[in-house]
Amino acid sequence: MNNKRRKFLKMAGATVLAGMGAPVLVKLHGTAQASADSEPAPAHAADSHGGGHGHGEEQNAGIRLGMVIDMRKFYDDEALLDEAIAACHLAHNVPDIDERKSEIKWIWKTGYGNAFPDHSHNRRSGSVENSAFPVLCNHCDNPSCVKACPTKATFVMEKNGIVSMDYHRCIGCRFCMAACPYGARSFNWQDPRPFITVYNPEFPGRNRGVVEKCNFCSERLGKGLEPACVEACAGTGAIVFGDLNDPESEISKVLHEEFTIQRRPAAGTRPSVFYIV
Amino acid sequence: MIEKTLKGKPAYWIWLAILASVIAVGWACYFRQYVFGLGLTGMSRDVSWGLYISQFTFLVGVAAGGLMLVLPYYIHNYKEFGRITILGEFLAISALVMCLMFIMADLGQPLRGLNVIFYPTPYSMLFWDMCVLWGYLLLNLLCGWVILTSERKQVPPPKWIYFFVAISIPFAVSIHTVTAMLYCGLPGRHFWLSAIIAPRFLASAFAAGPSLILIACLIMRKYANFDAGETAMRKLTTIIMYAVIINTFFFLLEFFVGFYSEVPGHMHSLQYLFFGLEHHGEVYNNLVPFMWIATIFNFVGLGVFAYMKIAKVFDYRLVGFGSVLVFLALWADKGLGFVFAGFVPNPLEEVTEYYPTLNEIGITLGIWATGILLLTLLYKIAIGVEHEVEQ
Ligand code: SF4
Ligand code: SF4
Ligand code: SF4
Repeated sequence: MNNKRRKFLKMAGATVLAGMGAPVLVKLHGTAQASADSEPAPAHAADSHGGGHGHGEEQNAGIRLGMVIDMRKFYDDEALLDEAIAACHLAHNVPDIDERKSEIKWIWKTGYGNAFPDHSHNRRSGSVENSAFPVLCNHCDNPSCVKACPTKATFVMEKNGIVSMDYHRCIGCRFCMAACPYGARSFNWQDPRPFITVYNPEFPGRNRGVVEKCNFCSERLGKGLEPACVEACAGTGAIVFGDLNDPESEISKVLHEEFTIQRRPAAGTRPSVFYIV
Repeated sequence: MIEKTLKGKPAYWIWLAILASVIAVGWACYFRQYVFGLGLTGMSRDVSWGLYISQFTFLVGVAAGGLMLVLPYYIHNYKEFGRITILGEFLAISALVMCLMFIMADLGQPLRGLNVIFYPTPYSMLFWDMCVLWGYLLLNLLCGWVILTSERKQVPPPKWIYFFVAISIPFAVSIHTVTAMLYCGLPGRHFWLSAIIAPRFLASAFAAGPSLILIACLIMRKYANFDAGETAMRKLTTIIMYAVIINTFFFLLEFFVGFYSEVPGHMHSLQYLFFGLEHHGEVYNNLVPFMWIATIFNFVGLGVFAYMKIAKVFDYRLVGFGSVLVFLALWADKGLGFVFAGFVPNPLEEVTEYYPTLNEIGITLGIWATGILLLTLLYKIAIGVEHEVEQ
């Protein structure tokens, strides 16, 4: 475990460094723009289509952070999931608004059929049927929210592929909320401050009138820390976090060994969050 | 020419006073929303756009609908529209002003609105929508004003203005096409993700705009001593009739695709709109009455116009009746159903219904009243000039 943790920290450090001079290989805004970028159709590596892999195979180069959620660890331990959620919301000053209409959530629990409407059918196993699945922003490789945003307040961080937000630029048009096929975004319908019980001064609070969502803990990665939800599950391996494009990373190994699914792959956004169910 | 707005019969002033008081209520409501935030509306995390954006969408269509007067007159040289083309241009101006106000009312951070210009983002359709809306607004201001000024001086309009009239035609198409693209390019929203949205928007726009102009013509015929001419009005009813037929056809195609393919995502929103959506034992159907009333209005309106054609009759009351029905039907289609149903169900297949709040309705009415006030003043000027020329 200790060893694993060190490996992670190395990765996180590399992330920060890579940000300084990483070659700009990450295309900021997927397919719509890909044809405009001069490179002659690099994405259509014909062979990657050949083997019946279908879509979703092409991806941007450079560091691309992702997450594998191992549901087997959560099936019998919903409390662990609650801890992860609480850790995230505490770390990011996410207000606790009870009313469904105005609620704000970065990571939350939902049913399998809600998380995976495209994979759902009525013959599910008991554990899948009766367990809560965590959902959060997928930090998509081809994020439709970024395409929609008219001010670049939502953007892809080139150094690590995180879909990030600038709360000071956001005009609150909520186009990104309509564009996200995962319902990952929340809007501040009112001043959130009265609904924050414990305030974390290390993370900026938001004003009313802006959108927010999971930021893959980019502020913690910068300090060499794991994401808060990953840390809350430390030792269990329930959430694995790392660079999807590094074949040596732990996450790549897990993805290589285990069968995983993504939420709504048909939307073409290429999510970076994978689930072992 | 502005001075033409300062003289009028008592009815004119009463009308303006009514509008002004609605506007005042609207501002009071907006002040409340500005202080508290958009939480004062009925919008939610699931239905994140409401009345403001739906009115915006509908009014872009009304603005584009003016094209149905400009095109025959300037391109096909259809002289009968000579007296009313200016009405189409002025309608576009008022509708666009309302559009921009609805956008501002909808922003969570209205003071940052200019960020769209400071950080132009060409891959966002909202950026392009802003460009074409402003472009079309300026074009109509320019063309409307120059042409009316020359009419007043009884000289032919300067040649260069026809250049701008010509570009205003593709612009009219583009405003509604780009507005459709706000919706139809979003993955995961099946109801909107359809290539027929833009053509359907245009078809309904070409009915909604002219029917509003017909209504205005009838009102002005009665109260302002302005006659658009029977031939022109007849022609407009023909245009409206065909546009409604095409719009209905497109809509029925959506039905076919959804219910014949039985792909759930393509059926859900339509089910929600017309039959109610059942979900976990609960039925969600708050838009069903609106949609069926709109359907009835749509077909009765169509029937009225068709009857006038077939029986070769012309009756101002029938024209008014048909236009009001069609206008209301299209308003319910685009100004309510289209936007709200797109959010049902949400991406996690949960259902949240949207009910606008009183405060939100107050702001909405205030903006409509502002637009109608502007339209009244502009039409007053246009008619004033026509009367002056006739004397
Ligand atoms: S999950 Fe939604 S918000 Fe997150 S990157 Fe993908 S499209 Fe954007
Ligand atoms: S709400 Fe903010 S982040 Fe979302 S699209 Fe509008 S400006 Fe961009
Ligand atoms: S990665 Fe960070 S921001 Fe995202 S859900 Fe986990 S703790 Fe929250």
